[in-house]
Amino acid sequence: MPSNPTPLAEASADPAEPRHIHAALTRTSTGNEDLRELESGLDSLQSDAARKNRIDWSRILLPIAALVVLMLAWQFYVSLGLKRRDLVPGPLDVAAQVGVLWNEGKLQEAVWTSLQRGLVGFVISVAIATPVGLLLAQVAPLRRAFGPLISGLQVLPSVAWVPAAIIWFGLTDATVYFVVFMGAIPSIINGLISGVDQIPPQYRRVGTVLGASRLEMALQIILPAALPGYLGGLKQGWAFSWRSLMAAEIIAVGGTIGFGLGSLLDQGRILSDMTVVMSAILLILAVGILIELLVFGPIEKRLLRSRGLLAGSTR
Amino acid sequence: MPVVLEHLGKRFGDGAPVLDDVNATIGKGEFVALLGASGCGKSTLLNIIAGLEPPSSGALEVPSDGAAFMFQDAALFPWLTARENIELALKLRGVGKADRKAKAQELLELVHLGAAGDKRPHELSGGMRQRVSLARSLAQDRQLLLMDEPFAALDAITRDLLHDELERIWKETGRTIVFVTHNVREAVRLGQRVLLLSSRPGRVVQEWAVTEEHRTDAGLAGQLTGVITARLREEIRRHAK
Ligand SMILES: Nc1ncnc2c1ncn2[C@@H]1O[C@H](COP(=O)(O)OP(=O)(O)OP(=O)(O)O)[C@@H](O)[C@H]1O
Ligand SMILES: [Mg+2]
Repeated sequence: MPSNPTPLAEASADPAEPRHIHAALTRTSTGNEDLRELESGLDSLQSDAARKNRIDWSRILLPIAALVVLMLAWQFYVSLGLKRRDLVPGPLDVAAQVGVLWNEGKLQEAVWTSLQRGLVGFVISVAIATPVGLLLAQVAPLRRAFGPLISGLQVLPSVAWVPAAIIWFGLTDATVYFVVFMGAIPSIINGLISGVDQIPPQYRRVGTVLGASRLEMALQIILPAALPGYLGGLKQGWAFSWRSLMAAEIIAVGGTIGFGLGSLLDQGRILSDMTVVMSAILLILAVGILIELLVFGPIEKRLLRSRGLLAGSTR
Repeated sequence: MPVVLEHLGKRFGDGAPVLDDVNATIGKGEFVALLGASGCGKSTLLNIIAGLEPPSSGALEVPSDGAAFMFQDAALFPWLTARENIELALKLRGVGKADRKAKAQELLELVHLGAAGDKRPHELSGGMRQRVSLARSLAQDRQLLLMDEPFAALDAITRDLLHDELERIWKETGRTIVFVTHNVREAVRLGQRVLLLSSRPGRVVQEWAVTEEHRTDAGLAGQLTGVITARLREEIRRHAK
């Protein structure tokens, strides 16, 4: 803005005018126009200029370099020949096996089945956990009553539900989904509750002053204010549903349950084929990393940046 | 009379009373500065007037539609832009979607922030944030505006500017303003009337009228500031061991 320094200097440093002796006691500027100019001068001095946004290559190159180093270390260890090759296959053996699985179409089937189940289970978990979490966070007696139970459920490994689920639902997809829900729902609820707990009390007071009803307060103020904590809960919820899903798939095989990554892993164990086992493990890991990189990472970054919470972090 | 306080008292739990026998009357369109030492119960009194807290004793009369409130820190919602913060206040007041946009822009212009509407609170300076906060409290469209040390955290230049700004807006909108501060100069600069609140318990112990002469004559204003400061110090000294 072109206006800044001149009006500022005029208003505060002109010795001829007596009013400057008690600048804070009487009016500092003369008219509306003067005021507007002074303010826009201060505004442009005090707010920082827009930052540039460009691709940071170290963000892409460093993880790739780390991966390459790990692969080389693995290959080096295998080539020392300390263990039998069929017990500890090298990266090249595993890569070859992945190629075989791909050509058979097994890989695509397993990844697709698991991913689809994981996502469907996760989305349903979110739909259940969000209203429940908001309710628990907002209604004190409910929170007191059910809070400890929900925290406890989060600690309980959801694999523990697999035997029960098999007895109740048999070897069907219902078993798999049940286990996923028991893993994801408590952790999403907990994330939401702790997000709500961390809201500055001032926000609620502002909401009250602005005349928000209970529902408006929950949806327009509490939920967006708790979003960072909620997102943390979602991330953890996804991790729990993915883990629970793998556990369920490894234990519950056959029946009408489809062929997922866990099933592939279990098949490798039965065939005593270590390359299949390693391929399955690496695929499970890769899906987890990709979801984090492509879904949660960008959302979280955007969220934090828009609230000015990203400055100075090592992300 | 928009605000009448009668024998108002407040204590938290079973501690000593924070406010005791507060009496005051504030007329429509008046600009009253409420002055007191730190911790004397100014915020508590304002919260009671705003209906955020109930009084422990006494009675008060406030406008039936409640009051607009401006907090010490701007208390803007960080997930909304400046404009959206104002629009939220309009929305919660029940303004229709079509009108909201125009009204929010109008309010932004009023506080000279017409061009900064799409910035997030963290991209604004402290003074700009307070102006957005002021615009938001004006969006509530209540006759009574309560302000709790809104400029305390700002630098002197910005604060002087916002004094001018607030005075202008008060004259343009005809609001009734209760302005809490612990700064005597600020109280004299802004108020038509200055009420002094004592400490422990808080009570209105004296009041001064600030006339138009005080506004134009810096010497006179300085004199009044001196008198009020002396009285405030006396009030604080009473608590010395
Ligand atoms: N919720 C509360 N519970 C207990 N005591 C409180 C509470 N709120 C305020 N107090 C006490 O009441 C007294 C007055 O507090 P208040 O915040 O109203 O003072 P103040 O005049 O606004 O001070 P400041 O100038 O620092 O803002 C203080 O001693 C404080 O400790
Ligand atoms: Mg206070």
